Amino acid sequence: MAKVTVDGIEVEVPNGSTVLQACEAAGKEIPRFCYHERLSIAGNCRMCLVEIERAPKPVSSCSFPVADNMVVKTDSPMVRNGRRGVMEFLLINHPLDCPICDQGGECDLQDQALGYGMDHSRYKENKRAVKDKDLGPLVKTVMTRCIQCTRCIRFVSEVAGVPDLGATSRGENMEVGTYVERALGSELSGNIIDLCPVGALTSKPYAFTARPWELKKTDGIDVLDAVGTNIRIDSRGPEVLRILPRINNDVNEEWLGDKSRFFVDGLKRRRLDRPWVRRDGRLVPASWAEAFATIAQRLQGVPGERIGAVAGDLCDAESMLALKDLMAALGSANLDCRQDGARLDASRRDFYLFNSSIAGIEEADALLLVGSNPRHEAPVLNARIRKQWLHTNMPLGVIGPAADLTYAATTLGDGPGAISALLDGSHSFAPMLRDAKKPMIVVGQGALRRPDGAAVLAACWKLAAAFGGLSAGWHGFNVLHTAAARVGALDLGFVPGPGGRGFESMLGGRVDVLWLLGADEFDTARIGADTFVVYQGHHGDRGAARADVILPGAAFTEKPGTYVNMEGRVQRGLLAVYPPGQAREDWRIVRAFSEVIGRTLPYNDLPALRKRLEQANPVFARVGFLPRFGAGDESGPAGDPTAMSAAPLAPAVTNYYQTDAITRASPTMAACTEIYVAPTLQAAE
Amino acid sequence: MAEENGADFEQPASFAFDAESRAELDRHIAKYPTGKQASAVLPALYIVQRQMKRDTGSAWVPRAAMDEVARLLGMPPIRVYEVATFYTMFALRPIGTWHLQVCTTTPCWLRGSDDVTAACRKFTGIAGWGETSADGVFTMTEVECLGACVNAPVVQVNDDLYEDLDAERTTGLLEALKRGEPPKPGSMTGRQTSAPEGGPTTLTTLDNLGPPNPEPATPAE
Repeated sequence: MAKVTVDGIEVEVPNGSTVLQACEAAGKEIPRFCYHERLSIAGNCRMCLVEIERAPKPVSSCSFPVADNMVVKTDSPMVRNGRRGVMEFLLINHPLDCPICDQGGECDLQDQALGYGMDHSRYKENKRAVKDKDLGPLVKTVMTRCIQCTRCIRFVSEVAGVPDLGATSRGENMEVGTYVERALGSELSGNIIDLCPVGALTSKPYAFTARPWELKKTDGIDVLDAVGTNIRIDSRGPEVLRILPRINNDVNEEWLGDKSRFFVDGLKRRRLDRPWVRRDGRLVPASWAEAFATIAQRLQGVPGERIGAVAGDLCDAESMLALKDLMAALGSANLDCRQDGARLDASRRDFYLFNSSIAGIEEADALLLVGSNPRHEAPVLNARIRKQWLHTNMPLGVIGPAADLTYAATTLGDGPGAISALLDGSHSFAPMLRDAKKPMIVVGQGALRRPDGAAVLAACWKLAAAFGGLSAGWHGFNVLHTAAARVGALDLGFVPGPGGRGFESMLGGRVDVLWLLGADEFDTARIGADTFVVYQGHHGDRGAARADVILPGAAFTEKPGTYVNMEGRVQRGLLAVYPPGQAREDWRIVRAFSEVIGRTLPYNDLPALRKRLEQANPVFARVGFLPRFGAGDESGPAGDPTAMSAAPLAPAVTNYYQTDAITRASPTMAACTEIYVAPTLQAAE
Repeated sequence: MAEENGADFEQPASFAFDAESRAELDRHIAKYPTGKQASAVLPALYIVQRQMKRDTGSAWVPRAAMDEVARLLGMPPIRVYEVATFYTMFALRPIGTWHLQVCTTTPCWLRGSDDVTAACRKFTGIAGWGETSADGVFTMTEVECLGACVNAPVVQVNDDLYEDLDAERTTGLLEALKRGEPPKPGSMTGRQTSAPEGGPTTLTTLDNLGPPNPEPATPAE
């Protein structure tokens, strides 16, 4: 530890810290443009100048290491003069277009110019102008505003692992761009918008939409993948205008995937804003009372075992519990949340969780992906794997289709045969796993959706056990989910009860009434022609098209909801805007319907329902906090590891940008699909 | 040379190192430890430029060649673009047979680089910097100090320096170049390297001394 005095405040910081970190430890704010905690140090903006005693010149604090007994001044005349000089240089070429700049109001340069800028310019020459770059449908560029901090370049090279951006030419002519014009090929590209300290990189879909001070900011949880990214929902009036990440070091650090950031225009399109009832083969608008009456009438005389419910991928735990309770009241145990047919074993919690935890990836020293492409299934988590790979160069293996994961991974085989080869030790990757102290086995949905999914799951568990992945201090067995609702549903037991039917056996007319809670991710033609389908959800997608009654629900931005991410972390999102038209919060719909059929559910408000949630599973009482467990019990999930077929594993997500009803309704996501996904699909054909 | 992207010239679709270039490149790559091959990017780009000179008569670095260098050295293409655009020594568009790199930094300017520039413009008909003459023989570039200030003003033609120029000598040089008979590089006034003009001005009386390094005088006892 080094003792540093900052403006008379004595602090102790670890050796090797920078002066800037010492200043922050002392509570002094240092202005900066190029420095960022999660990126490498560049030291090129010079805004963080401080005075260090016995140093003849001001020092850039972000790139200067501390020494014991250093005395730092952050607000001396020398410092202020130095920063004013830097600011004057930065403003020489920076345009004065703040009134038409989208960054206005949340611009670091604007803020710092208030403190260190002059009221006039001494520079009489022309300002530099730079041609804008086309970085694709998500990031808008106004490169004349660029102050060349190189944060975006460092982000795409270091964190995203898609080194497309660079600084070409030099001096006055230096430009940030891709040189060869092309769209940024990263699923995390939207983060450079947040990183850009000026308005050079802004959001293309959000351009000229709102000023930050007009927005209401609501804390939410992203549901478009199973990471549980903490987000901030910015809304104005009834409209969600943009999504930004919130910092949560245990989950998403401060990153957000492009799908989860740019899908917002999908929230306004194809919405179900009123109930619909099918009459004579056509869906016609109806009132809530009519819709409920139609369902109640159809339910009359139908025995419980002929009723079923399927929960979709975006559901909150509250609505799923309400639906489960309703089904119980109707005498039905036909429940399922695995509409993709994933052979998940719900009998024990660590059979379906990402047990090592997302932050735990940074402890791993070997990682094996089975049937998973985390780059498309959970890009933020993939960035964490890349980070650990960069730091430790840990061995990474992939069983499944070869793909560019942004890190060097060895492909061990495209089918489960490679798992068997690892198990009997004949594979060349086996010694690397054996040498690891904290190996991680990550099973993706691509491996579990197959008919032999249970066998693959059991084999992977065996793999984790065989290679020391299951110990009291480390749980190396991980399931990588793609659906945000999945773990919550499994925690609630939204799976077939005793004697109940699973998802597959509810199709083909084997139930008379099927209640789809936002379930769109399957071929609805497989539902029997005579089955009466109730679709409760927020978008007119596959499920709604097949429905006999549509109950308009709320999207995740429009209701307070509890979600459990893939590592089992319970998180809560708040209501940002109200659902459109007559749409209502989902649990209220179920509760209201239960009253219509005279089997009123025993909760009238959200606190009561959340009490019931805790009753159903005590994990729901642990909001935000994730206790880590080692593996106590080595006995594996049901399934015969030897029963695996040799068929190659297929990816679970083929189009990252369109995975659910909301993103399929989004024009921005459609544009991304066209630019990023269509060419690869064509190439594959 | 600045951004050469929206080009009015054709970028070759592909580039391959020929045997001669490849041998030279391998020699450079071998200098660096495994995993650090990217360090050879500067020599690699020079080799490209020289091969282009051999093959097409114009020493420049096409984009396909930068991609090929990136592939060979295992680095992202953008890192090669960054290097190639940073250094003025790499031409990113086709240039003339003779690349006139006129130094206009202060010492050369004080010694009359303006006259040299004007003579070049008059002879070649080139109006601006970085442009190529209509006949495709000359390209003129403004460069900063070439490190030959004692013999200012200086013009670098392709890889060679021509020194002690004035308008007249410049025109003579260009005429010779155009004929394809480049004169011997160095001072154009005929002086030896940077020795004083018109012969030695100091130590002129040393002629009659004996051989250099005479035996040291015996110290007085």
